[in-house]
Amino acid sequence: MDINATLLGQMLVFFFLIWFSWKFIWPPLTKAVEDRQKKIAEGLAAAERGQTELQSAHGEAQVIINAARDQAKKIVDQAHKREVEIVDEARSTAIEEGKRIVDGSRADAAQEKSRARDELRKDVASLAVAGASRLLQREIDPKAHADLIEQLAREIEGAKA
Amino acid sequence: MSAAEHAAGPANSTEYIAHHLTHLKVGEGFWSLHLDTIFMSVLLGLVTLAIFYSAARKATVGVPGKWQAFIEMVVDVVDSTVKEVFHLDRSFLAPLALTIFVWVLLMNAMDLLPLDLPGKVASLFGIHYWRVVPTADANTTFAMSLTVLAVVLFYSVKAKGVGGYVHELFTAPFGGNPLLWIPNFLLNLVELLSKPVSLAMRLFGNMYAGELVFMLIALLGAGFFTWTIGSTVGFFGQFLMGTGWAIFHILIIVLQAFIFAMLTVVYTAMATEHH
Repeated sequence: MDINATLLGQMLVFFFLIWFSWKFIWPPLTKAVEDRQKKIAEGLAAAERGQTELQSAHGEAQVIINAARDQAKKIVDQAHKREVEIVDEARSTAIEEGKRIVDGSRADAAQEKSRARDELRKDVASLAVAGASRLLQREIDPKAHADLIEQLAREIEGAKA
Repeated sequence: MSAAEHAAGPANSTEYIAHHLTHLKVGEGFWSLHLDTIFMSVLLGLVTLAIFYSAARKATVGVPGKWQAFIEMVVDVVDSTVKEVFHLDRSFLAPLALTIFVWVLLMNAMDLLPLDLPGKVASLFGIHYWRVVPTADANTTFAMSLTVLAVVLFYSVKAKGVGGYVHELFTAPFGGNPLLWIPNFLLNLVELLSKPVSLAMRLFGNMYAGELVFMLIALLGAGFFTWTIGSTVGFFGQFLMGTGWAIFHILIIVLQAFIFAMLTVVYTAMATEHH
């Protein structure tokens, strides 16, 4: 052990080292570490927040999907109902129309029939008049004997029926 | 590590060891300097600063590189260790502990260089004495421990005020009776002075003894080129023991550096506590 002025020199060296690391080394290093810790903590918090947000978004989406499903079901039901209605309506319309057509035809037919009958009667009357005039060899006034002829026509018709 | 490679060749073992324990010294008496100690400690101090300053300058908040992560890990270990012991503002004490730890670690690590290598390199420059371990020089260890003492005194005064500290010196631990002032003061003086002495002597003793053991082991293989059975056994003995001691010494190097830094923090923490 040889203690000499080296001691003082080493003290100066030591002072300088301490001063330098105190002023220029320690602060930036610890600051970087602390800042990073803060950043990581923030990142973790953000991740957690994102997770919960995702969770609630999932829930919300489920609610929306359920509502949409309900609505779709409602629409389909409505469509079904409407379909039945339309079919019913069409059916009743068709029945009515058919009946109307049938009635119309029936009326036409009846009209035609009575017209034909009238014509036939007229023909029979004129035939009867012609026959009678031939038989009697003289002119018969159809107007004067209209009643007679009418009766005859009716008798013929009755015999024919 | 072999004494046999020594250029000039020492006459005997005693001379070899004496040579290796001689500093490169200028001046006489107290006003002399160990140039080897100062050169090595300044060099290693600059290495310490460079290592940490390069990391500190490039320190970013983003993802750290491997080097920055390593430096930050060291810083964090020191910081949390100091935090456990010392509960006040540690913006000065933590960098102090870091500086002590890394600087002492590097200086101690010089013990692992091959024993004769630094001397060989120095001899290329015409220098014949070169001790490479600054912490095996009591001047270095006492310079550090006395600085630590100053830090301890500063924190004592800072925590208690000048009056409070002087009052405590005379009244603790036995009490405030005027008859007890002198015993109290003497006891406190011994306690105070024993701190730097034990700090310095512990580190110095460990490193000096470690160096000495390396020299003794190096002497084992000294006679290798006489080509006798004994010298061959001695050579292998040197190899095995040198390896073993170096591995064990790694532990001592780190441990002593850590103890010095840790005790500095503990002493300072004790100084700020009220009795």
